[in-house]
Amino acid sequence: MQDFGEAFFTAFSLLFSFDADLMEVIGLSLRVSLTALLVAGLIGLSIGALLAVTRFPGRGVALVVVNSMMGLPPVVVGLIIYMLLSNAGPLGFLGLLYTPTAMIIAQAVLILPIIAALSRQVIEDLHNEYADQFRSFCVPTGRMMAELLWDARYSLLTVMLAGLGRAMAEVGAVIIVGGNINHLTRVMTTTIALETSKGDLALALGLGVVLLTIALTINAAVMGLNATAKRQAYA
Amino acid sequence: MTTIKRITFGAAALALAVAAFQAPPAQADGKSIIVQSTTSTQNSGLYDYMLPIFEKKTGIKVNVVAVGTGQAIKNAQNCDGDVLLVHAKPAEEKFVNAGFGVKRSDVMYNDFIVVGPANDPAKVGGMKDAPKAFKMIAAANAIFASRGDNSGTHKKEVRLWKAAEVDIKKASGEWYRETGSGMGATLNAAVGMGAYALTDRATWISFKNKGTYKIQVEGDKQLFNQYGIILVNPKKCPKVKQAEAQTFIDWVLSKDGQDTIASYKLNGLQLFFPNGKSS
Amino acid sequence: MRDLRPANVIDLRNTQDSGAGADLFPLTVEDLTYQAGGTVLIKGIDLTLGAGGVTVIMGPNGAGKSLLLRLLHGLLEPSGGWIAWGGQPLDDAIRRRQAMVFQRAVMLRRSVAANIDFVLRLRGRADPARRREILEHAGLADRAEQPARLLSGGEQQRLALARALATEPDVLFMDEPTSNLDPASTLVIEDITKAARDRGTKIVFITHDMGQARRLADDVVFMHRGKVLEHSPAAAFFNQPASAEAGDYMAGKIIL
Repeated sequence: MQDFGEAFFTAFSLLFSFDADLMEVIGLSLRVSLTALLVAGLIGLSIGALLAVTRFPGRGVALVVVNSMMGLPPVVVGLIIYMLLSNAGPLGFLGLLYTPTAMIIAQAVLILPIIAALSRQVIEDLHNEYADQFRSFCVPTGRMMAELLWDARYSLLTVMLAGLGRAMAEVGAVIIVGGNINHLTRVMTTTIALETSKGDLALALGLGVVLLTIALTINAAVMGLNATAKRQAYA
Repeated sequence: MTTIKRITFGAAALALAVAAFQAPPAQADGKSIIVQSTTSTQNSGLYDYMLPIFEKKTGIKVNVVAVGTGQAIKNAQNCDGDVLLVHAKPAEEKFVNAGFGVKRSDVMYNDFIVVGPANDPAKVGGMKDAPKAFKMIAAANAIFASRGDNSGTHKKEVRLWKAAEVDIKKASGEWYRETGSGMGATLNAAVGMGAYALTDRATWISFKNKGTYKIQVEGDKQLFNQYGIILVNPKKCPKVKQAEAQTFIDWVLSKDGQDTIASYKLNGLQLFFPNGKSS
Repeated sequence: MRDLRPANVIDLRNTQDSGAGADLFPLTVEDLTYQAGGTVLIKGIDLTLGAGGVTVIMGPNGAGKSLLLRLLHGLLEPSGGWIAWGGQPLDDAIRRRQAMVFQRAVMLRRSVAANIDFVLRLRGRADPARRREILEHAGLADRAEQPARLLSGGEQQRLALARALATEPDVLFMDEPTSNLDPASTLVIEDITKAARDRGTKIVFITHDMGQARRLADDVVFMHRGKVLEHSPAAAFFNQPASAEAGDYMAGKIIL
């Protein structure tokens, strides 16, 4: 297929043309996904830390639920958020449907279980190492969670990255709640979907390459940070 | 100092968050409406051509949500739009009669065509009679890709099968394949598996992944594709921005709007033919 | 001074001792048992420890020394019997007046200074001057900004000890803190431990190293198979242990 070569050519000419529309789409993608990551991170890390350090009846069930929620299909999340935010739905009065905020909510819901489940594992591993020392010092539970989150920060960065990756790559949820409206809710993935449906496969693939390039850049930055942390035995 | 490291780490996280929020807020001065419309009109590029002209004139931003006609109507029934611009007249009239819409007006038309691979296994090339061509496709067991998504195009296609007296339910999964997706995705699938497909002409002209495909059947009166515009009823949906929405509808039906539609061309071909009457 | 103490309590406090932690003593352990997975690992221990000095716990591997230490410190819940510190059952208020150094130092993934600050903040006062004083005392002042986990084994254990002492504990438990260390590091740990003892902190110290036991012990608890076989003043123990097992152990024989 000649489309591959054309796609890469398209991708790089797109990237280096700094096309205003493309920059807007990339900017919105980053803004939506990073905000979703921030929201899901705050909640997800707290849940992860709580599940890691506490023992309560029903914890096993909670773990199974959180772990299975990692596999939530984006379309289902999109549909549920749509039904909640629709003017016919219970939260319609907020007027959030077809706005970036709706997309942020959908992505946050989508990646929350990923962050909670993966961070629970990371923090629990660290807690196994620290538990006796913390008990010896009589560290209160809340304090313990905070200290573990801080000491696991570099591993948790990788967890956050997994969340960001899923958020930036998904299309099913944002296209339903965002509507793929030009200059308002159009992001990288919905643009790719649109160009695919127009049959412009080279442009679609080119945008995919752009998305991949962004992902590579972010991953490389985090890996660099982690390598520094490892040298200091902080990770 | 550890404290400094801690602050640096926190500041980096915060900067990221702030950067995320600092992007321009959507719609600073709220004059905007939502139009629930179809993928065919969006994919053709008509809105990208026509809406900036309207926005410049009125300052009203038009946000188009492009989905299948079935979903567009459903969304409008949920009050998630101010204007409906679709192409399935019976469904549109039902929508208005049920009180969800104020009034339906014709806007423009184009036509549907049957596209297929160059080798034309069902030998329908050059035919005008759509039901007859459909019959031949069925008889030849030639693969046919259907939208299968309750869209305007899909509804039209189902009516044509009925006219051809072909039981597509029986053939489903055999030679009759329902993609359950938009026009573009269905065309991609058709090209991928060498299937015939019914599409509107505008989507076809703007479609770029044609491969060896060409128009096999066109010109039947039954292939007429009428678009209509409807104001979502403010009595059912109090949040409808009636004034702005009506301004948009009036402009689309005005001479200015109709001329704009007529003047949109792709590859030198006119995609939509205005037939609206301003009230 | 209480007169309620059982007659056999060995009180080794110096006369000039302030006795800040005196209200925690005597530590009385009665019929203490601990079992895990159906196996009884601590089998009805009776023990009384007085304030001050260094109590060394000895015994072969698997005797239950570490378990006893963890039970006394409240890291484990006893299966039976009871532990009383100065007549009070073990609670968080008492536990906060204790600290423990583990066989393998648990270093937080932070700088040396931050490891100390963690404890100072936990006890309500993160004071750079105090931290500097603590690090100087442990000979780690020039390492303050280094990542704690990159210190050598000896330095890590010194930091763990300094961190434990930063809580100004009345009781310090030490579970074979020098078993993996070189002689120089061992000497530093012992010196810091003795200094803490001289300030009135009660030390309970597990070791396999006979020489170390002789250098540190004021009294010796000898354990075997989950039981305390002997509790004697150090001089008496090293001169002539009361139990045959302790004698064999000190003679370097394997006891079963």
